[in-house]
Amino acid sequence: MKKTILTVDDSKTMREMLKFTLVNAGYEVMQADDGVHGLEVLEGMSPDVILTDLNMPRMDGFGFIEGVRRNARYRSVPILVLTTEGEPDKKDRARRVGATGWIVKPFDPEKLISAIRRLAA
Amino acid sequence: MDTMAAIKQTFFQECEEQLVELESGLLAIEDGTSEPDTINAVFRAVHSIKGGAGAFGLDQLVRFAHAFETALDLMRSGRLSPSRAILKTMLMAADALADLVRVTRENLPADEAEVGRIVQQLELLVEGGDGAAAALAPVAEAPAAEDVPDFQPIQISLADLVGSAPEGARRFKISFEPKPGFYARANEPLTLLRELGRMGQCRVVCDTSHIPALSDLDPEGSYLVFHIELETEATESAVRDVFEFVEFDSQIDIEAIEPEPAFDDDAFARLMSLAAGAPQEMPALIEPVVRIAEPPPAIERVEADSQSRKAEAGKAEAAKVAGGAGATIRVDLDRVERLIDLVGELVINQAMLSQRVAEARLSRSSALAMGLDDLEQLSREIQDSVMAIRAQPVKPIFQRMSRVVREAADMTGKTVTLHCEGESTEVDKTVIERLTDPLTHMIRNAIDHGIEKPEVRLAAGKPESGHIKLSATHRSGRVVIEVSDDGGGINRERVLSAAIAKGLVEPEAQLSDEEIDNLIFLPGFSTAATVTDMSGRGVGMDVVKRSIQALGGRISIVSHPGRGSSFLMSLPLTLAVLDGMIVSVANETLIVPLTAIVETLKPRPQDVFDMGGDTRVIRIRDTFTPLIDIGQVLGYRTEAADPANCVVVLIDLEGHARRALLVDTIQGQRQVVIKSLEANYRRVDGIAAATILGDGRVALILDADAVVANAHSQAAALPEMLEPAE
Repeated sequence: MKKTILTVDDSKTMREMLKFTLVNAGYEVMQADDGVHGLEVLEGMSPDVILTDLNMPRMDGFGFIEGVRRNARYRSVPILVLTTEGEPDKKDRARRVGATGWIVKPFDPEKLISAIRRLAA
Repeated sequence: MDTMAAIKQTFFQECEEQLVELESGLLAIEDGTSEPDTINAVFRAVHSIKGGAGAFGLDQLVRFAHAFETALDLMRSGRLSPSRAILKTMLMAADALADLVRVTRENLPADEAEVGRIVQQLELLVEGGDGAAAALAPVAEAPAAEDVPDFQPIQISLADLVGSAPEGARRFKISFEPKPGFYARANEPLTLLRELGRMGQCRVVCDTSHIPALSDLDPEGSYLVFHIELETEATESAVRDVFEFVEFDSQIDIEAIEPEPAFDDDAFARLMSLAAGAPQEMPALIEPVVRIAEPPPAIERVEADSQSRKAEAGKAEAAKVAGGAGATIRVDLDRVERLIDLVGELVINQAMLSQRVAEARLSRSSALAMGLDDLEQLSREIQDSVMAIRAQPVKPIFQRMSRVVREAADMTGKTVTLHCEGESTEVDKTVIERLTDPLTHMIRNAIDHGIEKPEVRLAAGKPESGHIKLSATHRSGRVVIEVSDDGGGINRERVLSAAIAKGLVEPEAQLSDEEIDNLIFLPGFSTAATVTDMSGRGVGMDVVKRSIQALGGRISIVSHPGRGSSFLMSLPLTLAVLDGMIVSVANETLIVPLTAIVETLKPRPQDVFDMGGDTRVIRIRDTFTPLIDIGQVLGYRTEAADPANCVVVLIDLEGHARRALLVDTIQGQRQVVIKSLEANYRRVDGIAAATILGDGRVALILDADAVVANAHSQAAALPEMLEPAE
C-alpha cells in the first residue's frame, strides 16, 4: 500500500513542488495550506509522515506540531519541518515541540525522499 | 505545459499575491494601522518568494529576497524600529522586488545597478540597525568599468581537487544508542537501520542488557543499544546523514576504517585543461569578481564539468520556455485606449453603412446586406475582445476596503468584520479605479452611522462585532455591488427632521419610507451630531451618488430599522458601448438601454387608466404598472400622448420595480458607442449619456431610473430640464 504524506505549507508553489516530488517517488499526498487546515485534514487520515512549513498564517508550524503531538493518535507520526538555511534556532524550537527532522528549502528532491525513507521505510 | 512549468506559473502568480500583501503590509505599518501579525505577513511574503525562487534556481531573486528578508527579520524582532526612513527603504525594496519578479518572469535582464543599490541599503540597515536610517543618504556610484581589474580570478574549491576516494568498500563501526527523546519525536530505529542496510552490507547486534525488570521498566524509556558494522561504498558523511535528525537524541559513534582521500588527478586535469584552453568558455564559468553590494556567496564552485554546464544550459532553456508558456505581455494603457476608441469608431461606421443599405432599400438577403451582417458580428466580437483586455477582477479594490474597515473601526471604537463575496467578478478597469472613493465613503458611513457601539449591539441581542458585507455579481449585463451592514438601519425620524431643519423637505411633506431613506443622498444632508474625521461632513453620500452616476451607474438603499442597511450599486460593465433600443419620442431619437427592457407592447386604450393629475397606469396581464410618458417627462411635449398611437416599453428598475414608458415608435436595436454628455455639454437629469447614430445625428441615452424618479417627484420642474445652460 502506498504511504501517505501530509504536506502543510501556505505557498501553493511549495505544495505543488512537494507533491510533484513525492508522487513521483510513489507516495500518496494530502495537502493543507496552514496549521489550522493541517489539523482539520489530519482528522480524517493517518499519514505516515507529515511535512510542514514553519512560517504560515493563522497557525504556524510550531503550533501545528504541538497540536499534532497533543493527540495521542498522532504521537508516533514523524514530522519533518521545512526550514530555510540559517535558521538553527527554528530547527531547535521545532524539535522541542516535537518535530522529528527538517528539510532545508529549497529542497533537494533526493534528500527529501531519503529523509522520508528514514522515517517511514 | 509540463508539470514543472505549470508549477513555475503558479509560483509567479503567487508572487503577485505576495507582493500585494507585502506592499499593503508595509503601508499599514507606515501609517500606524498595522496589526501585530502584519510584520509577520510582510516577512512571510518575502520569505515565500525566496523559497519558491530557490526551488527554481532563480538565484538573483533569492539573493535579493534574502537581503530583504534579513532586514525585515530585524524589524520583526524589534531590533529595527519602523521609522519613516526605514519604511521608505522597505517600500523601495518592495518595488524593486516586484520589478525583479516581473523581469524574471519575462526573462528580461534585471536592472543590476538598481538591485545592487537597494541591496546595499538593506545591508546598511542590517549592519547599522536603527542608527543606519540616518545614513541612508545617496549611495556611492557603482565603480566604472575601468575600475574593474582586468583579470578574472577563478575561485577554486579544494573539494573539487580532493575528490572522492577510489572506488571500493569502506568499513564503519557504528554504535547507536537512542535516548528517550528519540522516541518522543516519533523516530524509529528500524527505519534508520533499514536505510543503512540500503547502503551496503550491514550487520546489527542489538544490546538488550540494559532492559530492566518489568516492574522497573519506564514505558517511555530507552534501553536498547545497537552495534552496527557497515561495509559500503558511501562516504562517512553519507553515513552520518542517516543519523542527521537524531544526533541530539542519541549517542552515536561512527568509526571509519577507510583510506585517506586521495588527490583526484582527473579533477585537477579537467581544471588545468579548462584554464589552458577554450577561453571563450571562461566567462560562463566565472563569477564576476565585483558585484556591487552583493554579498559574496558562501561557497563558490567552479563548474569544471561540461556535463553539468550543459544541464544548466538546458535548465535555462526550459525556464525560457516556461516563461513563455504564460504568454502575457505588458501593453501601454494608452495603446489599449486607442484601440478601444478605434473600435468605437468602427461600430459607428458600421452603423452608418447599415443605415445607407437600409436607405437604399436593398433586400436583407442581398450579398451586401449579408456581408454587412457579418461585419456587424465581427465588429461585436472585436469589441468584446478589446473590452476583455480592460476587464479586471474587483478583488484588489475589495482588499483595500479591509484597511478602510480597520481604520474606521479603530477611529470609532467599534469592532467590525468585513466579509467579501464575488471578488473575482470582472469589471472595466476605469470603473474599478473610480469605485475606490465611493466604496470608501460608503463603508466609513456604514461603520460611523450604521454599526452600533459594542455595548448597544449587545443590549440589542446582536453579536458584539458588527458585520459589513461587500459583494459583487454580474446581473443582466451590469455589475451589481452591494455594501450592507447589520447595524441599526436608517433612523427615519431623525433623517426626516434633519432634512426639514435644513430646508431640504417641506415640513408638511408626506414621504414614504423609501423616500426618507433616499434623503441621505441629498447634497448637504448630515445627521451626525458632531462632524467626525471620517464622515458626517454631509457630503459623503451625495458625492457617492454623483460618482456612481458619473460612471453610468445607479445607487439605491434598502434599510430595515434595527437590522441594518444595504446599498446597491448597479454599474455598467464597460463605459464604452451599450446595447440599446432606438425609440422616437416627439420627433426626438432616444436610446433605451436594452438591459433595462423587459418587453415592448402595443397598448390597448381600455388597459390605460387615468388616476388623476398626470398619473396613469396600464394593465399588463392583470398587473397595474405606472405609465410614464417620456416625452412629457423630458419636456418634449406638454400634453400627454395618446397611448393608442404609442408603444409601451416595459422596464425593470434597480429596486426591481417595473414601469411602463410610453414612446412614439421603436426604430430598432443597436449597439451604440457611449459618449459622455457631461464631458461635452453638462449633466442632464434623466439622460445617462449620448451617442452618434448611423446617420451622424446625436441621440441621447436614457437613464430610465432617473426618468422615473423625475416623473414622480419633479414633474412640475421638468419642462426646463433640457434648456441649455446659461
